[in-house]
Amino acid sequence: MRDSIVSLKNVSFQYENQPSYALQDVSFDIHEGEWLAIVGHNGSGKSTTAKLLNGLQFPQNGEIIVCGIKLTEESIWEIRKKLGMVFQNPDNQFVGTTVQDDVAFGLENHGIPRDDMILRVEDSLKKVKMDHFLNQEPHHLSGGQKQRVAIAGVLALRPSIIILDEATSMLDPKGRGEVLETVRTLKEEKSLTVISITHDLEEAAKADRIIVMNQGKVYREGSPEEIFSMDDELIHLGLDIPFSIKMSNAFREKGIDLSKHYLSEEELVNELWTFRSKV
Amino acid sequence: MMEKMIIGRYVPAESLVHRMDPRSKLIIIFLFVCVIFLANNFFTYALIGIYTFLMLGLSRIPFRFLYAGLKPVLWLVLFTLLLQVFFTKEGSLLYEFGPIKIYEEGVRQGIFISMRFFFLILMTSLLTLTTTPIEITDGLETLLNPLKKVRFPVHEMALMMSISLRFIPTLMQETDKIMKAQIARGVEFSSGPVKERIKAVIPLLIPLFVSSFKRAEELAIAMEARGYRGGEGRTKYRLLSWKLADTLQLLILAILTILLILLRS
Repeated sequence: MRDSIVSLKNVSFQYENQPSYALQDVSFDIHEGEWLAIVGHNGSGKSTTAKLLNGLQFPQNGEIIVCGIKLTEESIWEIRKKLGMVFQNPDNQFVGTTVQDDVAFGLENHGIPRDDMILRVEDSLKKVKMDHFLNQEPHHLSGGQKQRVAIAGVLALRPSIIILDEATSMLDPKGRGEVLETVRTLKEEKSLTVISITHDLEEAAKADRIIVMNQGKVYREGSPEEIFSMDDELIHLGLDIPFSIKMSNAFREKGIDLSKHYLSEEELVNELWTFRSKV
Repeated sequence: MMEKMIIGRYVPAESLVHRMDPRSKLIIIFLFVCVIFLANNFFTYALIGIYTFLMLGLSRIPFRFLYAGLKPVLWLVLFTLLLQVFFTKEGSLLYEFGPIKIYEEGVRQGIFISMRFFFLILMTSLLTLTTTPIEITDGLETLLNPLKKVRFPVHEMALMMSISLRFIPTLMQETDKIMKAQIARGVEFSSGPVKERIKAVIPLLIPLFVSSFKRAEELAIAMEARGYRGGEGRTKYRLLSWKLADTLQLLILAILTILLILLRS
């Protein structure tokens, strides 16, 4: 087992003026360098988990340890440097008037000297392939481009963990692809840990591990194969199943016995066009 | 189109005035507004005029942009001119028609005051035409920095200004979207009696307000997540650089001031 970079121990959280707990006795570990997807329907507590991880909210019970530091009022700034977050709405997290100003925003906050800042801004924009847009204003960019700038802003702080809090849910398929591809490349290059909070199971299918949340609790934890073999149970939880899995289930019902669950359409297509020759 | 009205004032070009430090431009405009009141005769006004047109020439801003800035205030200039001409009762009588009497001093004052207006507007629009709003914000922030000593929230003001600037186009786009959505539901924005049209603005404003608050909240969370905790210990990415041209421009203004003091009557 790899080292755990984030661990939650018996965490409970309740929003003010809310009768029930948003999170109830949640415990799990996130390992260094993994891509973890947290899925669940609206109100399952998945976004609350993200907010707790970088101290935007504090749990009433339990403790959270990020990169070996216990999360407290005092340590949040240290932790926020190590744990970058990309939010859902591309417009509402763009602070700067131009692309380069926005990337520099986080650096300014942490008091990085200007010379270093210039290098980091350039470097991180190159990493997300937005270096040709230095002086572009946000309203001239597409959603996917804005999210890539947000990723560059996070990256410039050289974090160990990136949280994507529904970061692709407002994007068109092209933008979604761009953003996920960027994060994937970066994860490999910089050995980042990625936590993606999503209700898109296609996105989750590409993760190393999935945590399914329901009513403020961890409902199930496992590899994408394990999770998607839950089939109807997932639908019952208000989640949809990726198309490739639905398709292979349909084949199975028709008596065509495919050997396993196919997480991506490509895998399924490959299986199908070689199917005859195997038989 | 609405976008152009508010922030499209800036005309990008490569000119001496464009390259100047926003701080020196702000100082010069501020001083110019004071100095212009020194002028009180033909020579001093001529001097101010030469200076203004020299600056306009250096900025390489096409005349139509300047005219666009002048147009809305032209009526005001005309009004002051007429007011002075008809109501100043000094100097020799020039013209009389029934109760209307026009005096020499009135004409003189009228022309001078409207000239003053005219030059002031030209110079101030030169500032916004050659400086991006964000540069003006940066310039103001540095110039007002000493006010931090008396607890004036300079950094917060500058941040507020830059965030508003950043969100103007976004909110414009949103207004447009809401407007179309409401038109699709049968709201009439462009026809009908005035009272009805004012009422029609309500279904536009309410969704816009609601969404702005939501945006503000999300933005605050995102800013906090990116480590924002006020102006303390913050470094700056944008750098203003005071160049030789800035010092020279201030010197020219100083010379102008001295000449004005010498030549005024």
